[in-house]
Amino acid sequence: MALAPAIIDLEQLKDHPSLFRLLAWNRNAVQGAKFDREEMTISIERSFIVGACSLLREDPNCPFDFLSDITCVDWYPSEPRFEVVYHLLSIPNKERVRLKVRLSSDNLGVDSLTPTWPAANYFEREVFDLFGIRFSGHPYLRRLLMPEDWQGHPLRKDYPVEGYR
Amino acid sequence: MAHLDAMPVVGREQDRTMILNMGPQHPSTHGVLRVILEIDGENVVRIMPDIGFLHTGIEKTCEAKFYQQVVPLTDRIDYLCPLTNNLCYVLAVEKLLGLEIPPKAQWLRVLLNELTRINSHLVWLGTHAMDIGAMTVFLYCFREREEILRLFEAVSGQRMMTSYFRVGGIALPPPLDFFDRVRAFAKTFPSKVDEYENLLTNNPIWTMRTKGVATITAEDAKALGASGPTLRGSGVDFDLRRDMPYSGYENFKFKVPTAKEGDVFARYMCRVQELRESNNMVQQALDGMPEGPIKADAPKVVLPDREKMKTQMEALIYHFKIITEGFAVPEGEVYQAVESPRGEMGYYIVSDGTAKPYRVHMRSACLANMQTLPHMCEGRLLADVVAAIGSIDIVLGEIDR
Repeated sequence: MALAPAIIDLEQLKDHPSLFRLLAWNRNAVQGAKFDREEMTISIERSFIVGACSLLREDPNCPFDFLSDITCVDWYPSEPRFEVVYHLLSIPNKERVRLKVRLSSDNLGVDSLTPTWPAANYFEREVFDLFGIRFSGHPYLRRLLMPEDWQGHPLRKDYPVEGYR
Repeated sequence: MAHLDAMPVVGREQDRTMILNMGPQHPSTHGVLRVILEIDGENVVRIMPDIGFLHTGIEKTCEAKFYQQVVPLTDRIDYLCPLTNNLCYVLAVEKLLGLEIPPKAQWLRVLLNELTRINSHLVWLGTHAMDIGAMTVFLYCFREREEILRLFEAVSGQRMMTSYFRVGGIALPPPLDFFDRVRAFAKTFPSKVDEYENLLTNNPIWTMRTKGVATITAEDAKALGASGPTLRGSGVDFDLRRDMPYSGYENFKFKVPTAKEGDVFARYMCRVQELRESNNMVQQALDGMPEGPIKADAPKVVLPDREKMKTQMEALIYHFKIITEGFAVPEGEVYQAVESPRGEMGYYIVSDGTAKPYRVHMRSACLANMQTLPHMCEGRLLADVVAAIGSIDIVLGEIDR
């Protein structure tokens, strides 16, 4: 099976339940969308991410009620450097959506999802630990996997695979 | 304990409580989990898991490997269900490539995955029962597990770190007597499950230690990101194999066991019934196994057969190219989730168009499930902590990666 080209036109995608709901809520929150390999990706403006997740979670028609994952991708050296990636799953509708927030390296702060959605707790701590993203409002933002006194954030692309010697 | 004080505690009576350190070498923490407990007599006031002792940076290592070289790394994440991890990874890469997998390879993958689930649940049942004090079950479970490990050894040459699946299919055809051996195993296995259930399900000591212990409601379990039997034990009827099928699971008929109570016993019942369902699916896979190739027709991705390499120049060139340069994967990103024995195991892979993954992230079911631990244990007895840890079936290799 050949790969279909990705759709990035908002007009074509606006029937997707998650995007439809987000556009109706706040057009400024949505920076772009992509439908590729049967997966929906929506880029969200940094300040709206908690609102967007809560909105999708409470959606009466298609509630994205399960937070699968939070992770991050480092696009060093291009800017905006980091992409924080949220994977939501709708258990009743069996639908997935991926939300993204782009962060430039001069401001690594993004609002924490943990106070409203406790599942985010360990995921956000892991992203903080390995990428150094600051989740403001997280109740206990400490390193999760690396030792407390570790220097640097190992999953960043400018961190050598064998570590600093 | 400066590290504990950072978390505010409501209504804490400073003088009455004490800090108890459980692990990382405690036998009932299933590896190297350290749990910091604040206890008031026998009651747990606060519990904080401390993880990371097994962190090996697998995600970082993946970025320096070719796509096909990542497969053996995925075994080491969750060492009790290596084939589930293999499957999840290869499915994700196949999705990135847009590869179609022949039906026989899909069915074999399902067959081996269900054997893996039985294997993993047997280890869980044995160790969980031993934690609570029922020694015998452990020996019985390991008797059957040994047979499954022999089957894995027959197909892949390895008992635990199988690395049997490849991007585009399966490494080797299984040996000739493999299906007969699996059939013999699947025929007797239900009676073995009866044996375990005889020892535990109606045992008054077992039920006293598990019923009503470490309860969690469906809403809380969902909000905390729990999946798999931990979620189904609270009454949420969701299984990725049935609801979002992958690798040909839509061809199989099976029940998804759920229980309403949300306690240790409910999770125990879910997993024990899953043992029977998985055994059923193994039999279905044996009966309906289609004929055909076990590798996709994609010479640039799949290694050629040994025989072809000796006679065809082209096959030899492809082999050389794949081994030395890997294969380029078109730009893009995918998230592929499978139902591992512990819950939703997910691989998020970002490709930048080269032969090495730009980023590989594993969504660990155990990590999310462990967030339910404080919720289950706080305000309850110290001895129940051991039952709760056992009931969410953690594997530290998967949590720490």
